[in-house]
Amino acid sequence: MTTRVPIVEKILSANDHMAEENRARIESAGVFSINLMASPGAGKTSLIEQTLSRLKDILRVAVIDGDIATSIDSDRAAAAGAQTAIQINTGGDCHLDAIMLRSALDQLDLTKIDLLIVENVGNLVCPASFNLGTQRSILVASIPEGDDKPYKYPGMYRGVQVLIVNKMDLLPYVPFNMDYFRKGLEVLNPGVVTFPLSCKTGEGIDAWTDWLVGQVKVAT
Amino acid sequence: MHELSVTQSILDISLRHAKEAGAKQITAINLVIGEFASIVDDSVQFYWDLLADGTIAQGAQLHFERIRGEMTCTNCKHSFHPKETDFTCPNCESQFVQITKGDEFRVDSIDVE
Repeated sequence: MTTRVPIVEKILSANDHMAEENRARIESAGVFSINLMASPGAGKTSLIEQTLSRLKDILRVAVIDGDIATSIDSDRAAAAGAQTAIQINTGGDCHLDAIMLRSALDQLDLTKIDLLIVENVGNLVCPASFNLGTQRSILVASIPEGDDKPYKYPGMYRGVQVLIVNKMDLLPYVPFNMDYFRKGLEVLNPGVVTFPLSCKTGEGIDAWTDWLVGQVKVAT
Repeated sequence: MHELSVTQSILDISLRHAKEAGAKQITAINLVIGEFASIVDDSVQFYWDLLADGTIAQGAQLHFERIRGEMTCTNCKHSFHPKETDFTCPNCESQFVQITKGDEFRVDSIDVE
């Protein structure tokens, strides 16, 4: 005889539970952590390099890099002044999840860092579904991607607390309607903290790093 | 595409609840998935056939209940299904709207023997 067993459990509840554990661990160490997400080529690693070049002498920064393969990104972070740079190779997985972050945290001495930057796999879909346990989720958008991205990737645009718009220096050269972009953004994520900047020219980076330093002070 | 880890989670949840219920066999999994949750049914089915093999969930039917997306205007309270590239309220043209349906992503129940 068949019987129905009611469950009503979120499919990713195991990941959410692990993310809560990560968060408690990071917070209790007085560390401020961010999960940087973006499409491939938006400038996550360039932003990390720019951030490190400004903050390496005043903050102890660790970087955890997620990629399908290679240690190119963690090598760049180490060269730019990260105190520790750990590479996670997901072996094909399109996103980081909370269990992968926990394994990386095991390799870190959280008492010796102030800021933890987690660079997710370049992808605007899957990383949005997997909480890692960082205090903030941040999306790096970029001008050449086009102004329709909030409409095409609503899950990602809704789930972040901070939006960075990189490659602002290219705005005069590519078709990008800022009003249309903002309209989609306002619906999905009203009042999201936004930093327009350019990793190439350095324009706008100081406002971003000032914000980061402020958040680190609150966390410690 | 993260259907592999999603499917594994569905299987883990189903097996845990089946064990608690003392079931010998899982015959169906009833999922509720909103329109805004990015998941491909066929892909979940594909992984299911691989992952459930050798467990008491082998051969279980996957049922996907899809919930149509809905936005509600915070200005005039009108509820509507948004167009793909325009989320403006069709009633009062306000841009201040909230997603009220379509986020669902859960295992609702399982059928067991």
